[in-house]
Amino acid sequence: MAQAKKKRTEIFALGNEAVVEGALIAGCTFYAGYPITPSSEIMEIMAARLPRTPEGVFLQMEDEIGSLGAAIGASLAGRKVMTATSGPGFSLMQEHIGYACMVESPLVIVNVMRGGPSTGLPTSPSQGDVQQARWGTHGDHPIIVLSASDVQECLEMTVRAFNMAEKYRTPVILLLDEVTAHTREKIFLPEPGEYEILERAVPSVPPEWFKPYEDTARGVPPVAPIGAGYRTHITGLTHDPMGYPTQRPDEINTAMHRMFRKIDQFFDDIQLVDEFLTEDAEIGIVAYGSVARSARLAVTKARERGYKVGLITLKTLFPFPKPSVVALARKAKCILVPEMNMGQMSREVKRVNNGATRVRTINRVDGSIITPSEILKSITQV
Amino acid sequence: MSEVTQLIHQYLRHNKKFPHVLCPGCGHGIAMGSIVRSVHAQGWSKDDVVVVAGIGCSGRIAVYMDFNTVHTTHGRALTFATGIKMAKPEMHVIVIMGDGDALSIGGNHLIHAARKNIGLTAIILNNNIYGMTGGQCSSTTPTGDFSMTTPYGQLEKSFDIVELARAAGANFVARGTAFHAQQLDRIMTTAFGRPGFNLVEVFTPCHTQYGRKNKFKNPVEMYKHISKTTMPLEAWSKLEPEKRAERTPVGVFVERDEPGLEERYMEMKKKLLGSAQ
Ligand SMILES: Cc1ncc(C[n+]2csc(CCOP(=O)(O)OP(=O)(O)O)c2C)c(N)n1
Ligand code: SF4
Repeated sequence: MAQAKKKRTEIFALGNEAVVEGALIAGCTFYAGYPITPSSEIMEIMAARLPRTPEGVFLQMEDEIGSLGAAIGASLAGRKVMTATSGPGFSLMQEHIGYACMVESPLVIVNVMRGGPSTGLPTSPSQGDVQQARWGTHGDHPIIVLSASDVQECLEMTVRAFNMAEKYRTPVILLLDEVTAHTREKIFLPEPGEYEILERAVPSVPPEWFKPYEDTARGVPPVAPIGAGYRTHITGLTHDPMGYPTQRPDEINTAMHRMFRKIDQFFDDIQLVDEFLTEDAEIGIVAYGSVARSARLAVTKARERGYKVGLITLKTLFPFPKPSVVALARKAKCILVPEMNMGQMSREVKRVNNGATRVRTINRVDGSIITPSEILKSITQV
Repeated sequence: MSEVTQLIHQYLRHNKKFPHVLCPGCGHGIAMGSIVRSVHAQGWSKDDVVVVAGIGCSGRIAVYMDFNTVHTTHGRALTFATGIKMAKPEMHVIVIMGDGDALSIGGNHLIHAARKNIGLTAIILNNNIYGMTGGQCSSTTPTGDFSMTTPYGQLEKSFDIVELARAAGANFVARGTAFHAQQLDRIMTTAFGRPGFNLVEVFTPCHTQYGRKNKFKNPVEMYKHISKTTMPLEAWSKLEPEKRAERTPVGVFVERDEPGLEERYMEMKKKLLGSAQ
């Protein structure tokens, strides 16, 4: 989506700072949150910057349940909204993630993962919330989960998160880990207009014709913001096309299937990966977040030693980028999945691999990062 | 057309599937009527009114009214409302909650919304019980009373909503009842026209869940009980202290005029943006 321009502004930034830059570029005008390490910089910078923008609103709420509640309220009122948190706060947000899915409220949630469970390791990295991001809230629901492996990508993926939230009218979760969030490095700020910025569709019909949850070809109904004259009803109860509660199986079925279809039929657009030397790979690595960075270095070193290794960096975690991973599994003799958890993404890899090739995991849950040499060692042992 | 019919046509949704969910004799419908009449008295455009509701029988009334309506999650309505008001300060925000909703699961949000003094009117429909889930005790079930989860009598004390809201910093705090509908209209109309956080507690009888477990023969008895046990605040204040416990005062308890959070926020923005230029 970024078209390279000649002169770009360089800044030296933390991953968390880059998230804020990305959010502001994407048009975020509302932030509500509750402080928690290692995500707090996002909130603090938003507190300083949003009030200085013409429309910007910043709110510190009493907890993460309230933060997401306020964010959804603002989203319903037409704002582009964001909140950021870490493990314990992410657990509290689950109730309202489900609500946002149900009412189809566009918003972005950043979860800077730290070691868990519970209060766990406040300042150490982890990737332990991957499956929670997918399945944390109750009930069947589709969701988009993105990730970033370096500071530049924090900015880019935040913009993409907002764009997907708007385009598909859904909450989008951006999963970072403490390493990426707290790495400070040089990044380029995009020129104005460099990124395409998407806005949610609004009704093109007068209020008396508008059905807020009507099935459309795209499966994404336009959103009438509160106060725009449409006077819609919004509810977390399963609803009919008018938005009113329903118990009728036919209406429930249609609503549920549309909710899934609106994401499913655009997999191509949503499933983002970076492929690095995968064309001739005999050993494939699938990684994400800061671990993908270690993996990239390991691949370069292994190539120097003559190993045919390739890497897929998952920028989209869910919906799981099955086509790319299956293609890699078809040509590689073995797939390595390094991650800072007990094997949450490797489950997905094994699922789509369906026994085709060997899948080996490298897992760490001790609050330490996975180093390039650890991955290199595994490559040489395959 | 009688005034009632006219208001029904003007403010209730024509395309909503009736019948409604409330039991015969439920006080929640009376409170809803009062909300409609008070919005009408304010002369607000329906487009500019947003009703945010929690979960419970109380929260269900939002769907019938032809405003912008948001039926949220149990106890969290005020957080959504806070976001809406900050995002669109020109909207008139009315929040409807049950007693379990506002004080048990949502107690933290309630005190913080009051402390923030966010500009909206919070209406708590207090029936001393969890109506929707089948009559379990709430944090306003009086000591000694019976419910599905206090079959041997409630041991805990109940919250005094008025005192709680006053202490938390609400701008305006009032108590009315579903029996005194005209007084309730006056209270709500006043609350709607004011800045900052306004709280209105409404006693509404739930015979289905509370009444039948606490020896009320029918809903009418419950309304009679409200009439007998309440008293205007002015008269109550003149009672001997030992007589006060027998009656619950109704009326307006707190009237402060501090600007709402959204107004203070706009002031701050003006200063910041002014200095930046
Ligand atoms: C998180 C959560 N917990 C529990 C419930 C179940 N629940 C629905 S309504 C309700 C209580 C309603 O009582 P109240 O707020 O007093 O309202 P009323 O029905 O009496 O008007 C409960 C416990 C829920 N919906 N969500
Ligand atoms: S259960 Fe109680 S609160 Fe609910 S509708 Fe019936 S009378 Fe009203």
